[in-house]
Amino acid sequence: MILTKAQYKEIAQCLVSVPPTRQSLRKLNQSRATLLSIFSQEYQKHIKRTHAKHHTSEAIESYYQRYLNGVVKNGAAPVLLDLANEVDYAPSLMARLILERFLQEHEETAPSKSVINSMLRDPSQIPDGVLANQVYQCIVNDCCYGPLVDCIKHAIGHEHEVLLRDLLLEKNLPFLGEDQLRAKGCDKTPDFILQVPVAVEGHIIHWIESKASFGDECSHHAYLHDQFWSYWNRSWTGIPIRENGEGKYRDVRLHAGLEKPCLLRKGFRGV
Amino acid sequence: MAAVLESLLREEVSVAAVVRWIARSTRGSEDNPGEAAALSSLRPLRKEFVPFLLNFLREQSSRVLPQGPPTPAKAPGASAALPGRPGGPSRGSRGARSQLFPPTEAPSTAAEAPLARRGGRRRGPGPARERGGRGLEEGVSGENLPGAGGRRLRGSGSPSRPSLTLSDPPNLSNLEEFPPVGSVPPGPAGRTKPSRRINPTPVSEERSLSKPKTCFTSPPISCVPSSQPSALDTSPWGLGLPPGCRSLQEEREMLRKERSKQPQQSPTPTCPTPELGSPLPSRAGSLTDEPADPARVSSRQRLELVALVYSSCIAENLVPNLFLELFFVFQLLTARRMVTAKDSDPELSPGVLDSLESPLFQSIHDCVFFAVQVLECHFQVLSNLDKGTLKLLAENERLLCFSPALQGRLRAAYEGSVAKVSLAMPPSAQAVSFQPETDNRANFSSDRAFHTFKKQRDVFYEVLREWEDHHEEPGWDFEKGLGSRIRAMMGQLSAACSHSHFVRLFQKQLLQMCQSPGGAGGTVLGEAPDVLSMLGADKLGRLWRLQERLMAPQSSGGPCPPPTFPGCQGFFRDFILSASSFQFNQHLMDSLSLKIRELNGLALPQHEPNDEDGESDVDWQGERRQFAVVLLSLRLLAKFLGFVAFLPYRGPEPPPTGELQDSILALRSQVPPVLDVRTLLQRGLQARRAVLTVPWLVEFLSFADHVVPLLDYYRDIFILLLRLHRSLVLSQESEGKMCFLNKLLLLAVLGWLFQIPTVPEDLFFLEEGPSDAFEVDTIAPEHGLDAAPVVDQQLLYTCCPYIGELRKLLALWVSGSSGRSGGFMRKITPTTTTGLGAQPSRTSQGLQARLAHAFFHNQPPSLRRTVEFVAERIGSNCVKHIKATLVADLVRQAESLLQEQLVTQGEEGGDPAQLLEILCSQLCPHGAQALALGREFCHRKSPGAVRALLPEETPAAVLSSAENIAVGLATEKACAWLSANITALIRREVKAAVSRTLRAQGPEPAARGERRGCSRACEHHAPLPSHLISEIKDVLSLAVGPRDPDEGVSPEHLEQLLGQLGQTLRCRQFLCPPAEQHLAKCSVDLASLLVADQIPILGPPAQYRLERGQARRLLHMLLSLWKEDFQGPVPLQLLLSPRNVGLLADTRPREWDLLLFLLRELVEKGLMGRMEIEACLGSLHQAQWPGDFAEELATLSNLFLAEPHLPEPQLRACELVQPNRGTVLAQS
Repeated sequence: MILTKAQYKEIAQCLVSVPPTRQSLRKLNQSRATLLSIFSQEYQKHIKRTHAKHHTSEAIESYYQRYLNGVVKNGAAPVLLDLANEVDYAPSLMARLILERFLQEHEETAPSKSVINSMLRDPSQIPDGVLANQVYQCIVNDCCYGPLVDCIKHAIGHEHEVLLRDLLLEKNLPFLGEDQLRAKGCDKTPDFILQVPVAVEGHIIHWIESKASFGDECSHHAYLHDQFWSYWNRSWTGIPIRENGEGKYRDVRLHAGLEKPCLLRKGFRGV
Repeated sequence: MAAVLESLLREEVSVAAVVRWIARSTRGSEDNPGEAAALSSLRPLRKEFVPFLLNFLREQSSRVLPQGPPTPAKAPGASAALPGRPGGPSRGSRGARSQLFPPTEAPSTAAEAPLARRGGRRRGPGPARERGGRGLEEGVSGENLPGAGGRRLRGSGSPSRPSLTLSDPPNLSNLEEFPPVGSVPPGPAGRTKPSRRINPTPVSEERSLSKPKTCFTSPPISCVPSSQPSALDTSPWGLGLPPGCRSLQEEREMLRKERSKQPQQSPTPTCPTPELGSPLPSRAGSLTDEPADPARVSSRQRLELVALVYSSCIAENLVPNLFLELFFVFQLLTARRMVTAKDSDPELSPGVLDSLESPLFQSIHDCVFFAVQVLECHFQVLSNLDKGTLKLLAENERLLCFSPALQGRLRAAYEGSVAKVSLAMPPSAQAVSFQPETDNRANFSSDRAFHTFKKQRDVFYEVLREWEDHHEEPGWDFEKGLGSRIRAMMGQLSAACSHSHFVRLFQKQLLQMCQSPGGAGGTVLGEAPDVLSMLGADKLGRLWRLQERLMAPQSSGGPCPPPTFPGCQGFFRDFILSASSFQFNQHLMDSLSLKIRELNGLALPQHEPNDEDGESDVDWQGERRQFAVVLLSLRLLAKFLGFVAFLPYRGPEPPPTGELQDSILALRSQVPPVLDVRTLLQRGLQARRAVLTVPWLVEFLSFADHVVPLLDYYRDIFILLLRLHRSLVLSQESEGKMCFLNKLLLLAVLGWLFQIPTVPEDLFFLEEGPSDAFEVDTIAPEHGLDAAPVVDQQLLYTCCPYIGELRKLLALWVSGSSGRSGGFMRKITPTTTTGLGAQPSRTSQGLQARLAHAFFHNQPPSLRRTVEFVAERIGSNCVKHIKATLVADLVRQAESLLQEQLVTQGEEGGDPAQLLEILCSQLCPHGAQALALGREFCHRKSPGAVRALLPEETPAAVLSSAENIAVGLATEKACAWLSANITALIRREVKAAVSRTLRAQGPEPAARGERRGCSRACEHHAPLPSHLISEIKDVLSLAVGPRDPDEGVSPEHLEQLLGQLGQTLRCRQFLCPPAEQHLAKCSVDLASLLVADQIPILGPPAQYRLERGQARRLLHMLLSLWKEDFQGPVPLQLLLSPRNVGLLADTRPREWDLLLFLLRELVEKGLMGRMEIEACLGSLHQAQWPGDFAEELATLSNLFLAEPHLPEPQLRACELVQPNRGTVLAQS
């Protein structure tokens, strides 16, 4: 689905007050995947903006006290989740915050990041049963953050890569994959580098990068900065491709900024 | 000097004798005794004749090409204040500013040291004055440090010029020294440059004599007022001037003069200063051009004589710059109107006919006549100009009128010309590709350096892109915009190796972007359609009119622009300046020097004059192209090398004099040159490769500071160049000598170099007339590169864009616009010279190589190229082949040896370094096979390739010789590389393999185990893993809550989900390990929730719990998935984690049977061992539970342990007691 910038903005406006939980997102039943994707991105922007204010020591302390008070009253109630929704913060991130605070209190040394991550992935490792349940609840209810969401994103990326590889194979376009590139010692690697460049609508394409998330301007710019220019700097013009859920691919023009987006049917008929 | 000219004009001596006299003093004896006698008395003046002649012509033309103030300023007597000209009446020096060369002192002083002679420009030639004069020049050249250099240096340097203030009173007329401050002086409205000067103050009478350095092109430089900042002060003369304020006017004239130099100081092509004294012809055409009529030429004979002498001087290369003279002649040809003689100098009435006493050019007719006379002598040069210029010349009505014959020849030349010079397009920046050989991790000392470089590459391109986007915006400043970022980036380049990496990137990018002319050209030799010819001749007039309306005349800075960094080059220059990192500069110089040496030494194919095959044409296209690429690269690299190398020595200060200069010279002569250019030049001349070496050397030298030409080392170079210049007589063409266009290129670049302010003006006019003296001791092949037609017009114009000024001049004539591009010229004072440097010894060649050389000599050049190409490729392929076969085998051996080692030595396997040593000592000896294999490979592959590439008709003997040579060369190349590197290569690869193997032993052995793919028949239609994780996550979050009252899942949905999970796990097309891990974990969580009966089921309101049977069916599905389909580890122990078991605690009544069922099935299916489960159950007891729950748990545990193998029926028994399972358990 290709949205105009205005449409996108309108949607983003509507989504701005929704917390990122399954329950609230149930209401977005129309064209769910796209909306979710837009929501996810808008929400992440929102979190980036407000992240700092939840990380002041006063805020953490107050959240922790509220959590403690809450679980004392009723350990089975979704204390942490409600707290996160109330202060407008991602539940998984809130869980991490409280977990860190909890571990600080109960262990001598400050917990390492890997310990925290491992506990978030598997809350059974959390020494406190109640907290484990609260954390688990936060994680399974969070649609934008947390290890499960990360895994889903990663899986989507991988799936698109596989789809793309199949298309390339089907079209007999020889390519080097990321692994081969790494083995060659390349420092930055797009998903695929075409061994023989192709022309797409008059542009020479050396590489293709599949991006599963919805291509809003902001994320495109972020990607531009982090990845696409890096590829360009290594002499590769290419296309990042986004899937819109209907098997169509939207490419985002590169070097001239966001030029005319072109729609590639599955199977690269445009090539 | 004038005496010579006069005796010439009086026909006392012949032109030939005079030219001989000038050029070759020694041959005076051959001449007619009378002539010789007449000339020998003037012998001391000989070397001053040419400057005199040029000055004389400029002076004479000053009324036609007016540049002084308008008529009022030329009041009678104005010239009286100007320095008198020895040997000629002072009134003759009317247009003093038009003098090319400083009028010299009395003949007796002519032999004085050059430095003293320079003082001759001023009336009082004291040393202080000289310094002042020099300082002024320095101001110019200091400013001249192009581009950002200008910005930096200008800011700091311009206000202070210490040496000037020492002995000279401030020269207020000098804009360089005293830039105007404050209010905007009267000037054109379009003026943008803020003026910093209030008003010029009249200074003493003597001041008015301190003429600024005269401009070589004194000819009238006029310009259509444009918005260019440098189009300064077309100021209304006399505005606000009190009448009779003559000296002020002269001061102003000087001001203008100085300003006229500004165009060459600005890095971008600008419109030259309007110097026009006469009113600009208005666009409306109120002023018409004076028609030129051959019939109205006065004193034809005199003009013919002078033209002949002048032409001969040009032809003999006695003038410093051929194209400058042509430019002057073109200016005469296109002169529009004459300033009335009476107004400017009533004394010079046409009545006085005594040779020099009367003006040479009394009318436009004279000018045009003279110009045509000169042009006729230089038809050969003209015919080699580009097609556009030829067309304009051929269509010039004056030319047609004065010399139909020349016009006819030009038209024929135009029609036959193929020399279309394309206007280059700006290239889009293309990044240098990542080079795995040099850019990969192995080439960096540490991970950190590697990653730093990675970041730097990105920063570099970010900066480059920003520059591309912004540099043309007004007000954008490189230093302000990017300086700090660049320095921050340079700051990160801590390791020396990082510097070299970065420099390599920088240099490659430089070459990639700027190879073409001035960094503004894409295709070097591309055939761009000629716009004019596409339009058709009939449209031409309209086009010109359009041009007149739309375009201000472009100028690349006149016929002698200073060295600049046009286009993309500006970025690289500014980058170097902003980075101001000495490490970077040093690495850059190293790298540039290396590349220059490499390219300069490149074996370029040589011309074979006998080769009359049809293929030769095709070959020459390619060879020219190759030559052009190499030459342009060299020029670019040399330019930057010169820029960086001389950067520390260049400044706005004037050059030191006296003792200070001596000490600086003593110091500088100790410093070895950054690149041994003298040797390279000498070798180039000997090998007849001047056409390659000289153009880049000129670029290099154009950035030299003032001290450089005084150093012995560089002085030798200049003298060599000078001799070369003198020897390049265009009319002398002979077999085996240099080609015409090659000569033209060298003359153009050398002429340009001689005009660079830092090159001492005394260098050119040497005592010796070395045209004969320059005899190259050629040791090199008979036909060097010089004799090959490697230069074409495209390359000529690319290297010397200023030649295009000729065309612009003619175009302006056609367009009727009066704007004329002026250029920067300088005076030259004659001086003496020293001898040539030593010749390097000849290198010896092996007999075999000589034989091969002799073989190629008689064959078409393509044969040699083919053989060399094949040898090069096969040699390279051979190395790759060895790498892929022998080395790869050895690596495999290494891996298996390593595995054995690891097995025998246990998990640890010992120290990796030690292991590596052992392996290498075993394997490296095998590398010796590489040479034999390589030889075999080259023998096998080369002949076929040669055969495929050579024409079918090649004689068998030639073919087999070529094959043998190719085999030999390829083998030589491959073996040389292999013998030097094979051991290191094996080592490196084995090392990589060892670390790979050891890593594989490390953290995740399970993950690296064999994985089954999906079956052959699989069509990959299974649901995507991401979708499944998402779905399962939804179920989990539903189960964990919070949830709305109407939420839940149907058992069918659960079953479907697990079915899909099975499909996905079996397909595996889209499954990646992390996804599988999460699916495994989620499935375990799901099982726990099933066991605890926590999944809210949709259905009739009463039935909120899953039926036992359904739950069991689902658990069975899960068990089967775990058993059959998951390939990674499934964290089944989580089923017995306190948290998951704790879920049961919340259910009322508690249902233990499903857990028990699950545990038994796990054991049954071999998914978990009994011991493992026991351990888990044991640890469960340690957790804190509510009292009754702990009891029930203990019972369950006992029950599980007590019944080792519960068969199916007993499970059913459990089911039977299901209604109150908790009680049952408690009882048992």
